[in-house]
Amino acid sequence: MSERITLQVARYRPEKESEVHFESFELPCPKEWVVLDGLNHIKDNVDGTLSFRWSCRMGICGSCGMLVNGEPKLTCATFLAEYAPGPVRVEPLRNFPVIRDLVVEIGDFMQKLARVKPWIVRDAEKPLSDGEYRQTPDELENYKQFSMCINCMLCYSACPIYGLDPHFIGPAAIAIAQRYNLDSRDEGAAERMQILSEHDGIWGCTFVGECTKVCPKHVDPAGAIQRYKLQSAMEWVKAFVLPRAAQ
Amino acid sequence: MKQDTPYTPYHPRWHRTRVSTYWWLERRSYFLFILRELSSLAVAWFVVYILMLVSAVSGGDETYQRFLGWSRTPFALFLNVGSFVFVVLHAITWFNLAPQAMVVKVAGKRVPGFLIAASNYAGWVVVSLAIFSLLLIWW
Repeated sequence: MSERITLQVARYRPEKESEVHFESFELPCPKEWVVLDGLNHIKDNVDGTLSFRWSCRMGICGSCGMLVNGEPKLTCATFLAEYAPGPVRVEPLRNFPVIRDLVVEIGDFMQKLARVKPWIVRDAEKPLSDGEYRQTPDELENYKQFSMCINCMLCYSACPIYGLDPHFIGPAAIAIAQRYNLDSRDEGAAERMQILSEHDGIWGCTFVGECTKVCPKHVDPAGAIQRYKLQSAMEWVKAFVLPRAAQ
Repeated sequence: MKQDTPYTPYHPRWHRTRVSTYWWLERRSYFLFILRELSSLAVAWFVVYILMLVSAVSGGDETYQRFLGWSRTPFALFLNVGSFVFVVLHAITWFNLAPQAMVVKVAGKRVPGFLIAASNYAGWVVVSLAIFSLLLIWW
């Protein structure tokens, strides 16, 4: 195993540059170091102006998503030694505007996420005295996979459809909508269907499937979207064949 | 902020990378995806071809023989063989993706994805054998 490794890091400093360029840094490469450790080493010892997002270092917060050798990855879960002897190219997430160095603008995703009502919608809340909304293990299992999403946006970075059409609501937002739809306590599926059956919703997806491949939490957003499409199509057929029953 | 503006316009110096026209050549998975999308044209062509065949049959023996003659030309053979390859690709990719879209439960347990794909393949084989045996009987 190589003891040192070269990191080629994308730099963009808007106050003095109009284009992204790469800067090389040679680093130690202990086997326990992840790419994020390498970036922190640069920031602490070589160039304190290097900008990137991170927080938990354990694949929970979803902050440190970047492109590592062109692949969307959580840098806290990507070991440097796997890329030895390098060089390793670290870039900001694809399909997002870059604010500075490795930091991307995520406002678009946050707006889209809010549009799908990622919370439990109830027609009427029952009084507290009636106790909690209980769920069986099977009911939990129905949505658990989709509830693992950490909003890291790797799926948006991998999705060429989002790259080509930024209005597309995107994989994570749809998977999270499905998480609430499949929750036995939720009654907001019809409201979400109104939003997601629009042109920029589920039908924008052409099932490239890359979102599922890059998801660090095995959420399978592509599966969620296709299930949504199937459900939507079945409802349309039902409404067509049995118009009264659908009302 | 305008409704159709995807990003807040407060920062004029964000760097945006333009998606290349040839993005689908950048990764193998993107290229396979484009081939899968293109394969729907082959499916459409076979529908047209069968309609042409039905029309030729209904037109009598002479029209039918003329259609068979055209079908033997290098152009028609190339078109049909190429379309067949694309239709097979279409079917295989469709069946492989089916488990992601379908959640089938038996006795409360989710059926594993490979069984859903396998049942699709099995159905494909059964229907193909049924058509093949009908052809053998009528030949």
